[in-house]
Amino acid sequence: MVAKRTIETLQRRDGGRILAGLIRYCSDIDAAEESLQEAYLRASLDWPRNGIPTNPAAWITTVAQRYFLDELRKSKRLSFFADDEMENIAAPATSNPANIIAELHDEINDDQLRLIFICCHPALAPVAQITLALKTICQFSVGEIARSFLEPETTTAQRLVRTKRKIKEAKIPYIVPTSTQLPERVDAVLSVIYLLFNEGYTLGRAQNLMRQSLCEEAIRLGALLQKLLPATPQSPEMSGLLALMQLHHARAKARVDSAGNLIPLEEQNRGLWDKEAIHFAIKMLDDAVAERLPGPYQMEAAIASLHCQAATAAATDWKQIWGLYSALWQHRPTDIVALNGAVAHAMAFSIEEGLAIIDKISERGELALYHLLHAARADLLRRQGKNEAATIAYNRAIDLAENDAERRYLQQRLMAM
Amino acid sequence: MQYMLLIYGDEKAWFNLPEAELQKGYQAYIDFTKEIMASGCMRGGSELKPINTATTVRVKNGKTLTTDGPFAETKEQLGGYYLIDVPTLDDALAWAAKCPGSWGGSIEVRPLNDNPQPE
Repeated sequence: MVAKRTIETLQRRDGGRILAGLIRYCSDIDAAEESLQEAYLRASLDWPRNGIPTNPAAWITTVAQRYFLDELRKSKRLSFFADDEMENIAAPATSNPANIIAELHDEINDDQLRLIFICCHPALAPVAQITLALKTICQFSVGEIARSFLEPETTTAQRLVRTKRKIKEAKIPYIVPTSTQLPERVDAVLSVIYLLFNEGYTLGRAQNLMRQSLCEEAIRLGALLQKLLPATPQSPEMSGLLALMQLHHARAKARVDSAGNLIPLEEQNRGLWDKEAIHFAIKMLDDAVAERLPGPYQMEAAIASLHCQAATAAATDWKQIWGLYSALWQHRPTDIVALNGAVAHAMAFSIEEGLAIIDKISERGELALYHLLHAARADLLRRQGKNEAATIAYNRAIDLAENDAERRYLQQRLMAM
Repeated sequence: MQYMLLIYGDEKAWFNLPEAELQKGYQAYIDFTKEIMASGCMRGGSELKPINTATTVRVKNGKTLTTDGPFAETKEQLGGYYLIDVPTLDDALAWAAKCPGSWGGSIEVRPLNDNPQPE
């Protein structure tokens, strides 16, 4: 029983780290995963009989490496190594397995970084990046990933096969990018982490615990990256993203009612917000901003922090939020940012002017069929007391909504009016 | 590992450039080619003649069908290639980003399949 629990904890807590090292050792993700599984299996047979080793992670690493070497010797095909490359593979230390982790300590950080960077390689499609990150770094099973994406397991499994095949056949390297490539590649990692977070955060086709855990994994991944990467000009943005995710996640409990319906920020029970997490995130953001290397994640986090700091919805500092959206627009001149800025403008200065800006954005065409643009219009019209126009806008938004949960939410807003 | 850098671009836009601009474009390719040759990784490469010189051949039921024009009409056309031998995809991507073809158009980076050469 104890052995079983130790293995489970080890898988969850150290699995990604052990795998990262094995991938370098085996030069192949599949071989590393297979060896790791074999080592877990052997642990489940050995530990109940012989006791749990002093350093379980080192034990697993050594057994996995030995298994890999044995398989390599047995296999005449040598699918991932030419004969001469065999010589270059270091034999696992046999004398004292407990020392292995200590000896490799510097490598461990680098291996984890290598794994993060290969999962977030821009040559992979975004959904492939997230899937591989969940499978390897976060040690999700194929079933868990499939459930969180609400897709059949075969779809997830096929995507993993294709992704790993591309890595192997196109020879995507297992390295920490060089300093010239690093800024661009860190940006890529940050966007994968944020994508993962949003996958869990967005009110999707179903609200379930699996999706919640995507948010937590994204935060964990962001924290890991922050810990592993030495200070770079990207560090403030990394902290900004981490703060942003924590600020959003701190409101998780107040965001959804018992029936799984979304509660708008304005009507959330602020007592349910995680004050400690908010405080922690704001401190992190303050430290990042003090570096004076502003960027979009820091700005988005600053906006989220203003929402989190308002004691009541009415006390929200919309003027400052509007200012931050204007600054964000300098970095990300997209219509979505303009739309959010228009809402802030409406709340801070004049609903009339805010609506005029939204109409202009709608005329530009890109967001004309975006349900949230019409929902925003509807909400502002409602505030103006123009119920008839608001009803039309809500219905337009309901028609355009992408899923049931969103439609249900908009219908509720319409009813409430 | 060998990679093909397949250069796609709007052929019309390229040939409609004013003479001075076109010269600048070719000069950029000459500079890039010199650099990649000096690095020792270049295995081949060339500009292709425009698509109006292309001919497509298909053999169906033993019958050869020859048609004028490229395999598919697209907005960007294959206009040239480099064949390079570098350690990993990252190196190939770095060369692709340096190649003038990626500035206005796009470059598809494809690893070569290492089929055994026939004796």
